[in-house]
Amino acid sequence: MISDQLVDLSRLQFAATALYHFLFVPLTLGMVWILVIMESVYVMTGKTIYKDMTRFWGKLFGINFALGVTTGITMEFQFGTNWAYYSHYVGDIFGAPLAIEGLMAFFLESTFIGLFFFGWDRLSRQQHLLVTTLMAVGTNLSALWILIANGWMQNPVGSEFSYITMRMEMVDFAAVLFNPDAQAKFVHTVSAGYVTGSMFVLAISSWYLLKKRNVEFARKSFNIAAAFGLASILSTIVLGDESGYTVGEAQQTKLAAMEAMWETEPAPASFNLFALPNEKEMRNDYAIEIPYVMGLIGTRSLDKEIPGIKEIMAKNRERIISGIKAVTALEALRKNESNTNAKSLFEAHKEDLGFGLLLRKYTTNVSDATDAMIDQATRDTIPKVTPMFWSFRIMVGLGFAMLLLFAFAAWYAVKGTFDQKPWLLRWALIFLPAPWIAAELGWFVAEYGRQPWTIFGVLPTHMSVSTLSVESLYGSLAGFIGFYTLLLIVEMYLMIRFAKQGPGSLGTGRYDNEVAHSTHA
Amino acid sequence: MFEYAVLKIIWWLLVGVLLVGFAIMDGHDMGVGTLLPFVGKTDDERRVVINTVGPHWDGNQVWFITGGGAIFAAWPLVYATAFSGFYWAMLAVLWALFFRPVGFDYRSKIDNPTWRKTWDWGLFVGGAVPPLIFGVAFGNLLQGVPFHFDNNLASYYTGSFWGLLNPFALLCGLVSTAMITFHGGVYLSLRTEGTVGFRSQRAVYLFGTLLILTFTLAGIWLWQAIPGYVIDSSINPNALPNPLGKSVIRETGAWLSNYQRYPATMLLPLTVYVMVPFAMLLVSRGKNLAAFVASSLAIVGIIGTAGFSMFPFVMPSSTDFGSSLTVWDSVSSQLTLGIMLVATLIFMPIIIIYTSWAYKVMAGKVTLAYIKENDHSAY
Ligand code: HDD
Ligand code: HEM
Ligand code: HEM
Repeated sequence: MISDQLVDLSRLQFAATALYHFLFVPLTLGMVWILVIMESVYVMTGKTIYKDMTRFWGKLFGINFALGVTTGITMEFQFGTNWAYYSHYVGDIFGAPLAIEGLMAFFLESTFIGLFFFGWDRLSRQQHLLVTTLMAVGTNLSALWILIANGWMQNPVGSEFSYITMRMEMVDFAAVLFNPDAQAKFVHTVSAGYVTGSMFVLAISSWYLLKKRNVEFARKSFNIAAAFGLASILSTIVLGDESGYTVGEAQQTKLAAMEAMWETEPAPASFNLFALPNEKEMRNDYAIEIPYVMGLIGTRSLDKEIPGIKEIMAKNRERIISGIKAVTALEALRKNESNTNAKSLFEAHKEDLGFGLLLRKYTTNVSDATDAMIDQATRDTIPKVTPMFWSFRIMVGLGFAMLLLFAFAAWYAVKGTFDQKPWLLRWALIFLPAPWIAAELGWFVAEYGRQPWTIFGVLPTHMSVSTLSVESLYGSLAGFIGFYTLLLIVEMYLMIRFAKQGPGSLGTGRYDNEVAHSTHA
Repeated sequence: MFEYAVLKIIWWLLVGVLLVGFAIMDGHDMGVGTLLPFVGKTDDERRVVINTVGPHWDGNQVWFITGGGAIFAAWPLVYATAFSGFYWAMLAVLWALFFRPVGFDYRSKIDNPTWRKTWDWGLFVGGAVPPLIFGVAFGNLLQGVPFHFDNNLASYYTGSFWGLLNPFALLCGLVSTAMITFHGGVYLSLRTEGTVGFRSQRAVYLFGTLLILTFTLAGIWLWQAIPGYVIDSSINPNALPNPLGKSVIRETGAWLSNYQRYPATMLLPLTVYVMVPFAMLLVSRGKNLAAFVASSLAIVGIIGTAGFSMFPFVMPSSTDFGSSLTVWDSVSSQLTLGIMLVATLIFMPIIIIYTSWAYKVMAGKVTLAYIKENDHSAY
């Protein structure tokens, strides 16, 4: 039987490497469009400073991109190395977007990034702009495909279990593509990336302005970042969570957990601005509520009910009991495919197969599960409330704080007086880490909130792992921590060095801090 | 849509195409990485070497990533079983690959000899280790891998990492390293001149010879001493995939029986014997572009030979023969294979067109003068 320790370590490794990958991803997603904007201005106006902006910010972009690629390969490997049963069980659906991502997106971004850096002298202006744009399209398409894959994990549409092949099989590709969960995720996540790119350019430009260096260069960069940032943060907040909620059941469970909503409330539900959830007694020890707001956020209506945790659990308990029959019938079918009794029993309960499999964590023989096990498995279906509740609030809080920041930045950019507002420049600088914190917490909410499932309602996390030894996991985890720490130090060193040096690092002779001798690439 | 059996065969071919594409495209820059510390002695020479692939290595690497994705989509059981079974070998490949993006991108950003030399060896590791391990992995596939499935199709690998490093597998590792380094040398001959070009030519002769020798040795060994696998129950190629529904036996010489059955396929190993010396000859004549085509064809021959010997097996099991994975029973559903085929047919030509364009834009020799002129923008 698979040990809990193996499962925990596999999860820890996946979470650590994915969160790490997502340190670099959002900056790539956002910066690339800022480069497109800067270069477009260059092509339209012919002003060299815009070319220098494209090249300087492009240099920082490149330093970040390298680690995005490095850590992305880890993710691609890891489904096979550490989640072998998962890969077998859902590869028929999940593998396709991953492969298409390679064909359609990675080739595009990775081929054109080479020309972006090396093609300045060999391409016409228009051609080079086209290259930059294709690179941007590539990175964003890659986000689309991976989020289609990830959206399917939250809301597994368009597929069906086959007891002959013992796996989920695709029945409707279009449903997988147009999964509303995936669409909502895509919009929210890429917008979050655009916010990150804008914040990066805004903060570093502010720093130059505070130091009174490269003022012209920094002002122009600030203007672009402020405008793009304001649009992006609005899109993150307004469009981001637009459609995700009412669709999938995963979303209902998550919503209840991140709102610490233990009881189903009569519509429209109130929003817990602040609460101290008490997991053991399943209630909030203390809460500040704002009436109506939750109902509005969750259902976009005033009359639909949002189910609370206790109601969801009661329903899940029923499904587990029904799932036991599905598992039992499946086991009989695996022994004898033509057992017609088993077949009809299976057909009647197969929707709950995943819920029955939750019991595999406690017993190999699901048909003999005790009431205590069933209770335990029922409790598992709800993620821990406290971390969900607070992670979500910090993300949202940072979102509104950034909205305010970008609103001010854009306002003073229009007035052209932002460089006389040190408070604004300092605020921008201090807020540099904000989009990263929000994005990482967002992923935490999305992924931790899906527990105990890898594929919601279909495949428990517990069953998804590879049958590796615990020692192997300690070893690989140690290796990742070692390599990633080293890489991060090197990356931060270069990033800070070039950001400090500023556009002088281009060696054009037009900026402060020119290097007498060469600093390359 | 195509019949299921036909799709299964098409995907076997397409995975082969992707592996060959990976070996030709990512292979030449891995070969360049492997040769880097040897054909470039001074910093400027090394920058010449690195800049021959500077604009392209990232795009090339996507052949590898897409190959992985395609195996995931088309042969999920192979992806699951091989990646988790070869856990430490895969991690070694992965960690070696870490050195490439950062090596290429960061090396020349700091003007410090220790920094740069360290990354040069990083690029060497990133170039040499993956082909070595892939060769070793192929060597193990040819011998069978110790794994089995339980009734739920969860796979269990019962060997150890050190067990992978047996003599025959190591020989296969040498074949693959020689092949990639040879190919990288040919590419360098095409894109460099002067001392670096001269050293690259010598590398071509050295690794070309080594390649022919090791390939021959591995072939004889395979024929004489490595038992192959044969399905001895009836097969229904159109059936829903179930890897536990067949019986398999092991027989010495079985891996060569496909060639007896389809003599035309002898062309695959034959290509290797023709194209490797031919590429060497062309390099000596300065016909480097043609030589690159020839060494690419040699790669087709080598990978084709290994893959075809095993057909229809993809990953035989040495401990529970019946668990062996074959073209018939490790595949995705018919619908998924069909969708993936359409996606590949649409995107592969587009990829080839823009990749060629990128090479065309950057064509020409990378020279010391180029490096000096582009001090700030070259790697
Ligand atoms: C929302 C966006 C997003 C998300 C959720 C992920 N990635 Fe990613 N990935 C990107 C967005 C991205 C990108 C923007 O396209 C990157 C990041 C920076 C970069 O260099 O390209 C990238 C790079 C990247 C690469 C290298 C590609 C290359 O060489 O160009 C691979 C193989 C992956 N990723 C694979 C994955 C996998 C298997 C993920 C799932 C766990 C994953 N990524 C999550
Ligand atoms: C890069 C952005 C992502 C981040 C930051 C992220 C974060 C996380 C975190 C924190 C966990 C651990 C949850 C837990 O075990 O409590 C996790 C698990 C997991 N995620 Fe993601 N994730 C990302 C993208 C994805 C994508 C795109 C996929 C699939 C396409 C995915 C698939 C998984 C899987 C298979 C697990 C392991 C099983 C589990 O613990 O649920 N993740 N991820
Ligand atoms: C202010 C309002 C915001 C709201 C209402 C909001 C809402 C949400 C919700 C509900 C999720 C979970 C989705 C799921 O479970 O699948 C989520 C995830 C996420 N959030 Fe936010 N968010 C906000 C701001 C931000 C900001 C400012 C950022 C970053 C700059 C951000 C980045 C993310 C990311 C990366 C994810 C994970 C991917 C996903 O599931 O879409 N969010 N957000």
